[in-house]
Amino acid sequence: MSDAVDPIIELKGVEKHYQMGSFIVKALRAVSLKIFPGNYISILGPSGGGKSTMLNILGCLDQPTLGEYLLEGKDVSRLDDDDLSQVRGKRLGFIFQSYNLIQQLSVVENIEVPLYYQGVSADESRERAVKLAEQVGLGGRLDHRPTELSGGQQQRVAIARALANDPAVILADEATGNLDSKSGGDILRIFDELNDEGKTLILITHDEAMADRTSRTIRLRDGQVEFDSMFGGKQETQALEDE
Amino acid sequence: MKWESLIGGMSPARLKRTVLLGMKSLWMHKLRSLLTAMGIVFGVASVIAMLAIGEGASHEAQEQIKSLGSQNIILQSIKPTDNANAGKQERSFVLEYGLTFRDIDQIRATVPGVSVVVPGRKLQDFVWRISRNVDSIVMGTVPWYPEMRNRRLLKGRFFTDVEMRSRSNVCVLNTDLAAKLFPLSESLGEEVRLQSGYYTVVGVIESRQSDAGSGGSSGGKADEGGATMEMLLPLTTLLERFGEVLVKFRSGSFEAEKVELHEVTVKIDDPNKVVAASEAIKHLLSRNHQNVDYRMVVPLELLRQAARTKQIFNIVLGSIAAISLLVGGIGIMNIMLATVTERTREIGIRRALGAKQRDIVLQFLIETVLLSGAGGVLGVALGLLVPLVITHFADMLTIVRLWSPALAFTISVLTGVVFGIYPAMRAASMSPVDALRHE
Repeated sequence: MSDAVDPIIELKGVEKHYQMGSFIVKALRAVSLKIFPGNYISILGPSGGGKSTMLNILGCLDQPTLGEYLLEGKDVSRLDDDDLSQVRGKRLGFIFQSYNLIQQLSVVENIEVPLYYQGVSADESRERAVKLAEQVGLGGRLDHRPTELSGGQQQRVAIARALANDPAVILADEATGNLDSKSGGDILRIFDELNDEGKTLILITHDEAMADRTSRTIRLRDGQVEFDSMFGGKQETQALEDE
Repeated sequence: MKWESLIGGMSPARLKRTVLLGMKSLWMHKLRSLLTAMGIVFGVASVIAMLAIGEGASHEAQEQIKSLGSQNIILQSIKPTDNANAGKQERSFVLEYGLTFRDIDQIRATVPGVSVVVPGRKLQDFVWRISRNVDSIVMGTVPWYPEMRNRRLLKGRFFTDVEMRSRSNVCVLNTDLAAKLFPLSESLGEEVRLQSGYYTVVGVIESRQSDAGSGGSSGGKADEGGATMEMLLPLTTLLERFGEVLVKFRSGSFEAEKVELHEVTVKIDDPNKVVAASEAIKHLLSRNHQNVDYRMVVPLELLRQAARTKQIFNIVLGSIAAISLLVGGIGIMNIMLATVTERTREIGIRRALGAKQRDIVLQFLIETVLLSGAGGVLGVALGLLVPLVITHFADMLTIVRLWSPALAFTISVLTGVVFGIYPAMRAASMSPVDALRHE
């Protein structure tokens, strides 16, 4: 039934193996899943369950050992480094646990980084970055350095940065892990709003509370999908409604 | 990695932004950047300064040699070593040595291509102007002397053939002596005294930078400033007044010498024959003189030697410059490798946000080139300053050729490229996943 809509991400039998000395560790095993536009997904699981590997594969930071990864219908699992960089810069937005802002750049310059690598002109990227900073409530702090901001504010800069190139999917890795509950809550509210606007978000987390907040939950254990709420029947119509 | 498109895909605007970004990163660590650039600063400065000093020294040497005339062969009488004339002194208390008129006649008769011979005699004594006296070299010579030896007359005239023939009491002073004897007044037309005779000053001749033609028996008597006091008389006048035997009473000591000619300049009409002629003259003189009581200076040969010396100097200089820039380059490479490690996380972030490997290479390469380029600019400034300071305080001629700062700067930038490539490649080749995980 969900085949009526083209999935934004489709994994087909994806495996990721790591060579650890003489052992081969299978971090992901035969993972197949489809993610549809407008999905609001949390990927949960115990540490060592394959979450990070999943993030790296989905984020095109790493490539699967086996299987296919279709992003917007295009196989990205065998692209070369330059094309992968292009995909990351154009179609994906990253939000990290430790914000990962560049220390020597100001708020607005940090937001501009992805635009810079896409060759957007200086004037246009500045305009877009200022708009995004205002959108996340940092309009008054455009020229501050990351060190002059609170954790919550830094994470909002990171969100603005992730939105800069209008990506197809936003990947958040433990985005609230370093924040107190109040600023964490602020960040989650921004995620909710973004999803309401139709953005596809994938939150990677170990926080069980997130499962209630998102519309779809995927649990990983031992490198395999243990549970996918889309097939658990609870919210499987979500994708269609969004469409 | 697609090297061909490293710069090719860059619009000027984007390159400008990358340069600005590089400047910002370097500015964050001002002291470190400054210290890193220091190696290049001193390398470049030393290249320019040494080239300037070398050029200056070689220029000065060549000017001195040229002032002797490249078509000339200069013969000078020198006092034989004590050992050689020990027997002579027992027989006579008058020391007899040096070039003779017979030598000159033979040279004119047998050596082909000899056009002019300028004989000269020298003695050293006090020249007086009223109560002022200056210890000077007095030389008897011929009217065509200035032209032969490339010396310029600054005031008045040189003495003439008529004065030569009539043994007139006229003289020409060099600028140094004129300035000593007539510090405030005009020297032309005035009289100076040498022993018991009075001589009218008819001209002032340019001083030699350093008297390369002196030496021999008289020895250049140098003033504290290195200037040589010179008084030039017609040769005939000098011979008539002072004869062939020179007797000097100085500070209680007594010295007598008999020298016919102190200095002879032989001009060869064809520059290509100078070396052959010098061989012929050497051969001729060695037959006439048992003791080596003469000296032969061939400016052309000196010029060639100077050119060889300069070549050797340039090779030595080149090696020193290469070593200092190598050291500077290694310093830069070391710091850039540390910087890459320190900024691994930044590299990971940039890669996650869409930076290609070549973007990272370019970013770090531009930083290195900025660093070495800035070092180059500072080095050029310092390198231009040092010769000025040396000229001012050590009174040495230095010449900065236009190409030397350009060359030094270019090399400094190239050093940045060469030593920046490896750290930049290392930065770019890290996997984004590992780089992001780096603490």
